Amino acid sequence: MEAINKESTLQRLKSYRKHPLSAILFLLVVISAVITLTVLIALIAYILIKGIPNLSPELFEWEYTTENVSMMPAIINTLIITALSLLFALPVGICSAIYLVEYAKRGNKLVSIVRITTETLSGIPSIVYGLFGYLFFNIFLGWSYTILGGALTLAIMILPLIMRTTEEALIAVPDLYREGSFGLGAGKLRTVFRIVLPSAVPGILAGVILAVGRIVGETAALLYPAGTATTVADGLMSSGRTLAVHMYALLNEGLYMDQAYATAVVLLVVVIGINALSGLIAKKVGVKD
Amino acid sequence: MSMNKFEISNLDLFYGDFKALKNINLNITEGDITAFIGPSGCGKSTLLKSLNRMNDLVEGCRITGKVLLDGEDIYGSMDLNHLRKRVGMVFQKPNPFPMSIYDNVAYGPRTHGIRSKVKLDEIVEKALRDAAIWDEVKDRLKKNALGMSGGQQQRLCIARALAVQPEVLLMDEPTSALDPISTSRIEELAVELKKEYTIIMVTHNMQQAARISDKTAFFLLGEVVEYGDTEQIFSMPKDKRTEDYITGRFG
Repeated sequence: MEAINKESTLQRLKSYRKHPLSAILFLLVVISAVITLTVLIALIAYILIKGIPNLSPELFEWEYTTENVSMMPAIINTLIITALSLLFALPVGICSAIYLVEYAKRGNKLVSIVRITTETLSGIPSIVYGLFGYLFFNIFLGWSYTILGGALTLAIMILPLIMRTTEEALIAVPDLYREGSFGLGAGKLRTVFRIVLPSAVPGILAGVILAVGRIVGETAALLYPAGTATTVADGLMSSGRTLAVHMYALLNEGLYMDQAYATAVVLLVVVIGINALSGLIAKKVGVKD
Repeated sequence: MSMNKFEISNLDLFYGDFKALKNINLNITEGDITAFIGPSGCGKSTLLKSLNRMNDLVEGCRITGKVLLDGEDIYGSMDLNHLRKRVGMVFQKPNPFPMSIYDNVAYGPRTHGIRSKVKLDEIVEKALRDAAIWDEVKDRLKKNALGMSGGQQQRLCIARALAVQPEVLLMDEPTSALDPISTSRIEELAVELKKEYTIIMVTHNMQQAARISDKTAFFLLGEVVEYGDTEQIFSMPKDKRTEDYITGRFG
């Protein structure tokens, strides 16, 4: 039997004739959705079509040479720089968010200053971070191109993001949990670390994912502090290029367009992989039945 | 002659400039169920929360007067966390933590330094039995507490409060979010629990107060209008306002 609670096409067309504005709005939203989807699919398809034929085992060899612009060193550098940046940014970002939400009194001057600062920081173009990193680490401290300088620059760049998302996640934890914990005689520290923070983990992870996405895709902020060395960094104080920088360099030189496309495919896969992984982690850590 | 568990004298409480409690003088008897009744906003929950200092969390809240627990000033040198261990609380809305049933109940004892698995198992089982929920959850202690029904969640919260072995149990409208069957189970439970604990319960439900409490305090606009044996309050209230309220003329 046909369900009677479903609007038939005829009914809908009739109602649209009566309300032409609804029809226009309906068309607009559908077209917008289609455009978004098409652009995304076209972009991915373009990269895949151009890139996949150029993917060859040689591109994943350990050594980069002018004959074989292997991206393996860049992949490893990307992992190192991502880990380093998170290592610096996560504790600071999460702790300052905890301060803002759990400790600072409402209407505290410092809180509004910190908030304005982070909001401003998150609006600054990444090349400015790169310039700052270069001026501070390379010129002022006299370091050469180093992945440490690059990672620190990126850490500063993602700090507002981590802080903001953690703050939102902490605010979203119901006060009922806090009261429940205090009511049992637990102190502030235990309440924050045992009850509030675990409940906020999925939200914090979402921020980390966004941050990793920014790190992996970043070029401008890395070019100056970290340089573009084509080898795997053999220490914190040596230069190294990430995948995105590698791709930028290839494009810039104009000699290795095919390999640049291949790199783009890998970059795409990495980003999609990170998203999938984080979704998985969020499910694991998050609330279960 | 029964002992006073709490002695509250000359207690005033302000939220900013608003005086929410006016000169409260009450003695809570040990081993009784004491009910706080009165219309919304009359200050009964506020007074309840003053007994384990949960009002300290509210910004702009100022309290004057004295509250003694077994003769000891709870706003004096008594350790705050120790006070809340002795005076447990069950909240209006069930608020189990987003963790397993076991971990919920074990959270309190762990907070107070109990690490032994054997000891914790024992405490958790006893608390869940005392809260009359053991049979329902014994096979799924590792399951997340948020998967339980509202009534079960509230009994879990009672178990969680009992697990730290408090002397007093504060219940802030513990059944207002529950269906009638869950409500009656909580009421039976409260009557059962008063053998071991002093219970103070805020309730909107006058039948509930009449059914299970030994003493009743009627609050109006931040004042205790009348306080006495529940039977007397409900059968022959001395104050006209009490009579009007319990006969349903307002509130």
